[in-house]
Parts: sequence; C-alpha cells; structure tokens
Amino acid sequence: MAILECKQLTKAYGRTPALSGVNLSVEAGRITGLLGPNGSGKTTLIKLANGLLTPTSGTILIDGAVPSKQTHAVVSYLPERACIPLWMPARQLVDFYADFYADFSRQKAMEMLERLHIDPAQRVKEMSKGTREKIQLILVMSRAARLYLLDEPIGGVDPATRDYILSTIIANYNPDAAVVISTHLISDVENVLDDVVFLNQGEVVLRSSADDIRQSRGMSVDALFREVFRC
Amino acid sequence: MQWQITNDAPVYAQLIAHIRQAIASGAFQPGERLPSVRDLALEAGVNPNTMQRALQELEREGLVFSQRTAGRFVTEEPMRIEEAKRALAGAHIERFVQSMTQLGYGPEEIITLLQGSMKGETHHGDSGM
Repeated sequence: MAILECKQLTKAYGRTPALSGVNLSVEAGRITGLLGPNGSGKTTLIKLANGLLTPTSGTILIDGAVPSKQTHAVVSYLPERACIPLWMPARQLVDFYADFYADFSRQKAMEMLERLHIDPAQRVKEMSKGTREKIQLILVMSRAARLYLLDEPIGGVDPATRDYILSTIIANYNPDAAVVISTHLISDVENVLDDVVFLNQGEVVLRSSADDIRQSRGMSVDALFREVFRC
Repeated sequence: MQWQITNDAPVYAQLIAHIRQAIASGAFQPGERLPSVRDLALEAGVNPNTMQRALQELEREGLVFSQRTAGRFVTEEPMRIEEAKRALAGAHIERFVQSMTQLGYGPEEIITLLQGSMKGETHHGDSGM
C-alpha cells in the first residue's frame, strides 16, 4: 500500500494556487525525489503531508490516514528551515527527541554525532549553519519512521557533508519506509533516487523511475530537468 | 574499488558493468562472498534498490549466485568468469578497431602499430583496474 497518497490535492494561498490537482502515491521501500524549480509547490506538498497546512480540496493520506497526531508518529520531517531550540546542547536535543518519538534511537543519534565530530555539549546557537543542518538531519534519520520527508536536506552544506548526508539516507534505507527528498540540486541526489516527480507551478509534469529516464531518453535526470524547466 | 557513477547511463547498468569488471579482473575472487546490498550501495553511493537490481541481473547471467541465508557469492565456475572476461575484451577490441578505422588505418596497419606498441612501451602497464 502507498505510504503517501495524494488525490486531486489542491492548495491555494488566497487566490494564488500552490498545488493544483496533484495525484501522487509513494510506496514503501522507495526513495523519491520531489524536484521542481523555486515556487513549484514542493514545500507546500510536504507541509500538507505534515498537517501544517490543510488542503483547499482533494485529499492527502499518510498510511491511509489524514495527517494527525497518529501520522506524526510515523512521519519523520526535516523542515526546510531549522526549527530546533537554539539554547539546547546537542545532547539535550537528543533527549528531547527521544522523549517525543517512540521510534527514536538514541544510540543511532549519538553514533552519528560522533562520526560528524559534533560535541554533544555544544549548544545549537554556537553551531555553524552547516552543523545545525547536520544535527537536524541526524535527529530526523535516527527515527524508525514509515515516511521520511526531507525538505531541501542538502541545501546549505558543503560537498563532503552532502555526501555524508546522502550516505546516511542510504545507510538508513528500510524496505518498509518511504523517503521523499525535495530539492533542486538534482545532480547531487539523482543516483540515490528510485523515482522522480517533477513539479511545475503546482502540477505534476512528470513521474518516472530515475533509471527509466536515463535509459529511454539517454540523459541524466538533471539534464532532463534543465530541458523541461528551461527559462 | 572506485565506483564512478556517471549521469548519462542508467545507474543499474553502470553497476552491472562495474561488478562484472571486478569479477573478470579478479578484484572479486571466484567463490568470494560479496558485501551486503546495503554496504555495496553505500560504497557506490547509490540507492540499495538499484544495487539489488544490478545483482539480480548478474545472478541471471550466472556471474553471482545467492544462498538463501548466507548472502551472495561470486561464481566458482571458471568458464563463466572466462566468458565474461572474453566478452569485455571483445568490446574493448571492437571499440579500439572502430577508432583506428575512423583514423583511416587498415587491418594490417592496426596490427603492426599494436605490435610495436606492445613491444616498445611499458609505461602503459597499469595493473588492470
């Protein structure tokens, strides 16, 4: 069964449409890239999945249920902006998440902190932007969720960290969970994607497996993206 | 083993080519147990599903086989490996001959040039992979 399912999902901000009639289903065991230029509706879709926004019309279901407290328990969400308490030291953040989420693995989080040389005693406000992004991702990936929604996980980090983040996503791959990565940095992520969804002006303009694009069109997902979204 | 995944061909096809090469060249020895799908995927920086698909294809080719609980192994049949090696060599030769023909060389000239190169130079001698 689909873990994330949208049917005729529409969201308008006042008179401005953000998503129009999106039909989409994301299956367990797949890593899906939600790709589109700025303002195409990627973040709106992810916020709808988290219940941070409500649809204007249509439905969005997580594991068959409307976003609610119950679905929050199975969705691990990396927002596009850091939203962790700045005054907390890393260790306390880990405790905080462990209190909040039953599926959180403290051990996994501490291991990743160590591997990235993040001092557990350091407060978030003392961390660089890149380190803050790393710690957010560590917290998100330390959960055993059914659905991971990663909104621009590699936006502000250096290439080495980008590689680490992608390998963290691969290492945490679980056949029972689905991962959705929204980004416009396509060439960096395309090798880890099973499926790609192109969003443009709130509509799904293409849905395919990443390897099918390379095979049938003889071009990378990145090249296709540039072609589809040529300005 | 250095994985270099480019963006212009399907990833699974590149993975198949890479592992086939590793088996043909002996980087993976006959009968050797392959790392897990997840570890191979991590090493290559690709999606585990894609790695799984590549390994299944190699299984179909008979270059690797899986044992239900113990994991995946390189074939122990020397014939299979030799076949794969020949096929790779054939493809290299075909490309080489094609390039030389495009430069305007005839069959005999190609052979002469090749012989000269094999005798004369040692600085091309890389270790295979």
